[in-house]
Amino acid sequence: MSSDDLGTVAALQDPVRRAVYDYVASQGHEVGRNEAAEAVGVQRTLAAFHLDKLVEVGLLESGFKRLTDRSGPGSGRPAKVYRRAPGEWQVNVPARDYRTMARALAEAVDLLGGDEQAERAARRAGAGLAAPGEDLGEVLRRRGYEPYEEDGRLRLRNCPFHLLAEEHPLLVCSMNLALCQGMLEGLGEEGATARLDPRPGECCVAFSKEHL
Amino acid sequence: MHLAQINIAHMRAPKDSPELADFVAAIDPVNRLADAAPGFVWRLEGEGPGDFVEHDYGDHLVINFSLWESRDALWDFVYRSAHLGVLQRRREWFLRVAEPYTVMWWVPEGHIPALAEAMERLELLKAEGPTPRAFTFKDFYDSSEAAWRPAAAEARK
Repeated sequence: MSSDDLGTVAALQDPVRRAVYDYVASQGHEVGRNEAAEAVGVQRTLAAFHLDKLVEVGLLESGFKRLTDRSGPGSGRPAKVYRRAPGEWQVNVPARDYRTMARALAEAVDLLGGDEQAERAARRAGAGLAAPGEDLGEVLRRRGYEPYEEDGRLRLRNCPFHLLAEEHPLLVCSMNLALCQGMLEGLGEEGATARLDPRPGECCVAFSKEHL
Repeated sequence: MHLAQINIAHMRAPKDSPELADFVAAIDPVNRLADAAPGFVWRLEGEGPGDFVEHDYGDHLVINFSLWESRDALWDFVYRSAHLGVLQRRREWFLRVAEPYTVMWWVPEGHIPALAEAMERLELLKAEGPTPRAFTFKDFYDSSEAAWRPAAAEARK
């Protein structure tokens, strides 16, 4: 664990700042100060203070953007907007390092051509993450997938295995799909299906609940 | 600079066999997906839509050869589009090979490399491992790294 990561994460201790961060992170678009203030229920200046503080520590990124369709003289200057920064921070006390081992194991699976076994293991692991009757969205939220609904399907904004998926995309995306299918088994959700539907910047799996 | 990439795959069965039917059916839709993908520049095409790329490297070999504006453009097509689903079924259609089957390198914009050059880059990767002249997603070199190295300058002559 680096002390920088601890400092960054500690910036989220303030409840209002945490709410502001959670709101921006949960949106698929850049968020302006007014929008964040309204969503969290605080004054615009307070929201702006926390947004800028989050940029300062590196958890958010900011830019400028016209939020109205008007342009030219009288349309005002572009508004400051915020989105989640691409980095990741990890705090473990005492220090733990599962990534290095996971990366070595993923490489070994690749070299052994053991992806089918790995998928079966992931499916079993997924089944253990969800209990019968639990809400799928809640289980996914708990595991950090950041689910949201779109066109009657459940999509996932965050890939919890991002670093590994960048290094071993075929293996990790296949295992993730198997894990998600395992979750459905654990829930006893027979009508829903998990399938691959990758998009840039998101998790590779989407859930369809059409048959429910 | 544009990013060139070639990948080769050894078919388990002849092109017209039932084992390969699903793959053959996927060629045209996946090609169209590539053509419409952000950052796509060029690809070596078969005779008609859905046809295999023709080459002299053996009947069992499927070749994909394309140019992209950036690493991310290629990455998003390969792993963040419907192409991923086809890639996942590769074991049904293609043999597992221990040696490298894909390679990338940077080319000046406007330059379309010949297939022979692409195959040479693959040999280079096999012989020397990843270098700025022949590399992979896993050991990637960005265009500035590739450009200032003497090896890359020599390769462009």
